[in-house]
Amino acid sequence: MKHTISVLVENEFGVLARVAGLFSGRGFNIESLSVAPTLDSSLSRMTIVTRGDDRILEQINKQLNKLIDTVKVIDFTGEDYVERELAMVKVNADESVRAEVLRIADIFRSKVVDVTPRSYTLEVTGAPAKIDAIVELLRPIGIKELVRTGPVVLGRGSKGWKQAE
Amino acid sequence: MKKTGSQILLECLQLEGVDTVFGYPGGAVINIYDDLPDYPSITHVLTRHEQAAVHAADGYARSTGKVGVAIATSGPGATNTVTGIATAYMDSIPMVIITGQVPTPLIGNDAFQEADMVGITRPVTKHNYLVKDIRDLARIVKQAFYIARTGRPGPVLIDLPKDVQVASCKFEYPDKVELRGYKPTYTGNPRQIAKAAKMILGARKPVIYVGGGATLSDCNPELLDLAEMLNMPVTTTLMGMSSFPGNHDLSLGMLGMHGTYYANMAVTNTDLLIAVGARFDDRVTGKIDTFAPHAKIIHVDIDPTSIKKNVRVDLPIVGDLKQVLSAVVRKLHEEGDSVAALKERTAEWLEEIAGWKEKHPLTYTPSDSEIKPQFVIEKLSEMLNEDAIITTEVGQHQMWTAQFFRFKQPRTFLSSGGLGTMGYGLPAALGAQMAFPERQVVDISGDGSFQMNSQELATLVQYKLPVKIVILNNNYLGMVRQWQQLFFERNYSQTPLEVPIDFVKLAEAYGATGISTDRVDQVEEVIRKALETPGPVIMEFKVSREENVLPMVPAGRSIHEMVLAS
Repeated sequence: MKHTISVLVENEFGVLARVAGLFSGRGFNIESLSVAPTLDSSLSRMTIVTRGDDRILEQINKQLNKLIDTVKVIDFTGEDYVERELAMVKVNADESVRAEVLRIADIFRSKVVDVTPRSYTLEVTGAPAKIDAIVELLRPIGIKELVRTGPVVLGRGSKGWKQAE
Repeated sequence: MKKTGSQILLECLQLEGVDTVFGYPGGAVINIYDDLPDYPSITHVLTRHEQAAVHAADGYARSTGKVGVAIATSGPGATNTVTGIATAYMDSIPMVIITGQVPTPLIGNDAFQEADMVGITRPVTKHNYLVKDIRDLARIVKQAFYIARTGRPGPVLIDLPKDVQVASCKFEYPDKVELRGYKPTYTGNPRQIAKAAKMILGARKPVIYVGGGATLSDCNPELLDLAEMLNMPVTTTLMGMSSFPGNHDLSLGMLGMHGTYYANMAVTNTDLLIAVGARFDDRVTGKIDTFAPHAKIIHVDIDPTSIKKNVRVDLPIVGDLKQVLSAVVRKLHEEGDSVAALKERTAEWLEEIAGWKEKHPLTYTPSDSEIKPQFVIEKLSEMLNEDAIITTEVGQHQMWTAQFFRFKQPRTFLSSGGLGTMGYGLPAALGAQMAFPERQVVDISGDGSFQMNSQELATLVQYKLPVKIVILNNNYLGMVRQWQQLFFERNYSQTPLEVPIDFVKLAEAYGATGISTDRVDQVEEVIRKALETPGPVIMEFKVSREENVLPMVPAGRSIHEMVLAS
């Protein structure tokens, strides 16, 4: 089963390697991982998408907590949360398909962020499923390059992490 | 006043109460060594290999409960420490390892004697640091010691670049450690403790299963209380060995692959397994699906990751064993009548276990013509003082020691259980003897393992450490040979150690004493003579070559399916 986990870590040298090493060393799987500093610049927030049964997830959770640099771990499975991913797609825009690409972009409320006579680069945000969908529609037209950030998530409601503790 | 990085390091060690460090100098730690003579409260022991320095610090830590400290230079010096660090990590031993590093501007440039130690040791340390700024040094050393000895202990590495050792700044040792991501749980949840007491009182056939955590938490008095209060039998892992007296009526000895028949039968038939600081290692459980099949499991451990890692657990309790066990005992004291009732029930259970013990006691076939290795261990167990510290290497001699030596006091058995490191015992004995100059310290070894760190004879002689070394010489890598005999149709591929080593001459070459015998009737005499001889002594016993460690659970089998005789 797929799980999305947020990890608040000390924004220190080598912390990414500790988390990545933990996953690879213990044979846990990482589908995506995104990381950046938080409002408090001494902390970074990682969002990790992983797969595993309950036993594995319990271990992932405990092992992450065991790292000295880990401040907090939240598994969002079963929680109410919003999830967004950003992708940029460089897509073929020959004469015959230029209009079609723009129509698809419009349907997905995506923006054109770079344009050449032969290509459009689209920026699209949304839940990973939405990005999967636009990629499938653009694929027959010819995708030259695709980059995805992996999802980030926040719990719904007015409470933030600090208060939730 | 300003101090240099190397001075700050040594000041910190002094403030942490470090009296002994084990190490080996080199270019990237030369500044530390330059300042070392100015700190006479710190005794430095020069080993002959960095791996041995770390094992010695480990032996010091295991025998005292204090944090062991080792120093090595950058590059090869540092990489030589890795086996020692991994050994300590697997057995949760509190240690701080300081390695020199090339100057910060050169890091990442493949400089001379550069190795990425923080990267290399990340999976085998509890935590590690690269000190990039001298202003962080005091805080990092403080944190390193704190992390090493608290919670589930473990080794912490500090990689210290040469330019940071030379730089200077104002020295202030922080009095508090602030780590928002590290807050070990010590007191068990009271509700879980109450539940544990209830489960114990409802049991008919309880077994206490004790691991290395019991030694680390020094909970042997509480453990004894719990066991005696209800007459509950106790089995230990290799790591838990000396935390429950081996000669106690309730002791079942070791369980698992080379455990006793009755310990394994007790675990297979128990209805309540109380796991105390143990982690259900594969050498203990055998086939996991059939391990303790009828039991409810209470698991007490300070490390939440140990719980439910390998087996289902009915009642987890996270906390320090000493605190949790004494809370459970207190709770049980409130239940007078039920305690008496359980005591009556366990009498029946103990009888059942006694039946297994009678059917298949831990034994071997004695011989008049050749020395049986088990016989040597029995003799040592009889002749050594109760507080003698025993170290072992890894292999058959280690298992025979676990089976036939009766450990009576805590922290008297030092052995590499998790990683299984050959070459551990001699340097560990060195470290233990540094900590306890007056006690008997004996390394029980095989001829294979001994040769993995035999250079430490020089260190023993230099520091006049009277470690006694027992070599059970069968001219084989015996444990592998045993597997080849039992599971590979006696294909003794690369296990005979063809060249007979003259261990007496080897001892003498280092300035130590060597005694050798192949006669059964001389075993006692050799041990007596060795114990009377000052300084380090090798006792070589040429033992029967193809003796096997039995009983044995073949890998992957259930622990009640034991091979009892060859």
